[in-house]
Amino acid sequence: MLALLCSSFALAETKDGAKDGDLKTEIKEYIAHHLQDSYDFSLFSYTNDQGEHVYIGLPLPVILWDNGLKLFSSSKFHHGETVANVDGNYYALYHNKIYKTDAAGTINYDEDHHATNSKPLDLSMTKSVVSMLLVFAIMFFLFKNLAESYAKNGGIASGVGRFFEPIVLYVRDDIARPNIGEKKYKKYMSYLLTIFFFIWFLNILGLTPLGVNVTGNIAVTFGLALLTFLITNLTGTKDYWLHIFDPLGSTMAWYAKVPLYIILIPIEVLGIFVKPFSLLIRLYANMQAGHIVLMSLIGLMFIFKSWLGSPLSFGLAFAISLIEILVALLQAYIFTMLSALYFGFAAEEHEHH
Amino acid sequence: MEIPVMVGAGIIVIGVGMGIGRIGGSAMDAIARQPEAYGKIQTAMLIAAALIEGIGFAALFAV
Repeated sequence: MLALLCSSFALAETKDGAKDGDLKTEIKEYIAHHLQDSYDFSLFSYTNDQGEHVYIGLPLPVILWDNGLKLFSSSKFHHGETVANVDGNYYALYHNKIYKTDAAGTINYDEDHHATNSKPLDLSMTKSVVSMLLVFAIMFFLFKNLAESYAKNGGIASGVGRFFEPIVLYVRDDIARPNIGEKKYKKYMSYLLTIFFFIWFLNILGLTPLGVNVTGNIAVTFGLALLTFLITNLTGTKDYWLHIFDPLGSTMAWYAKVPLYIILIPIEVLGIFVKPFSLLIRLYANMQAGHIVLMSLIGLMFIFKSWLGSPLSFGLAFAISLIEILVALLQAYIFTMLSALYFGFAAEEHEHH
Repeated sequence: MEIPVMVGAGIIVIGVGMGIGRIGGSAMDAIARQPEAYGKIQTAMLIAAALIEGIGFAALFAV
């Protein structure tokens, strides 16, 4: 895994044997490029003897809505080097975004150096989308097999199911039950198991040399946190809403509550939004930071210009990779755990005396 | 005098580090005293650490 990552770095580096300052910028750009989503699934690239860039990987479909559906392969962009011509319309990649241009691919700028070209509605199958679909497929077959093996073997899991059964039971017995409560936890189990394995598998996939960074993409974590937000508030009981809008209950006279509630209620309402927001930032920042650290350590190899650099950077990167495997599981656990905790708040029912 | 944003972020990260360190240390103490409550202590520790960590990341993103 590391060897492949290193080799992709080495190949990127040979693009132009530049000076020291340029090298640092190039490493920075390379890391930034790795963290972004892209329109093709390229594994690595190199420059051949004729000075052409050769990319090894898969092009992905680009789907645009621009006065009608435009569907074409991302290989038409040649990694941003050419302008794609689709039935007389021209599209160009600029800073990893698709803009509508003329045949020459001119990008116009305003004073702040932002592109002013019109942007078509982009519904493309990007690298992240493909990775997520891959994880959906893996999860579907894995857990379908697990479920079927119970029926076949009389209640005993077989094959890889033996590895996943204890994890499923852990999510049920140590995350859902204590946080949500014996009565209601079943309703939330399907969601909790799905996000746990979805985040875990995507985190692990991010550590492979495929170079996908799905859970380090704020749009993806926003989607996951939005689901938790919706489920928490849509399944909220009367007691949950009472806790927000009338936290002191009948223990106080109404005229004593008014000055308190001017402060309390806005804080409680803010809390509804802060909880899922912290979920989305935590997952995004952890995965993003992990990738940056790992890539920077590998990048050290090219900054230290001595034989010591390679073993040092390899050793550090190896250690960080091991920690990242732990973080991948820990972040999936934390996300599921906190979601379960919020569901527990939403599902709570006080005993009225 | 204006304090650079990065210095502020650094101070916050030091605070976050001390906070998480304290949580980890206290959890170790608690587990040593009551090894049978290991699971519960670990869960509570992770939740508290995760909440503090969020502030640290917020600081880093402000830079």
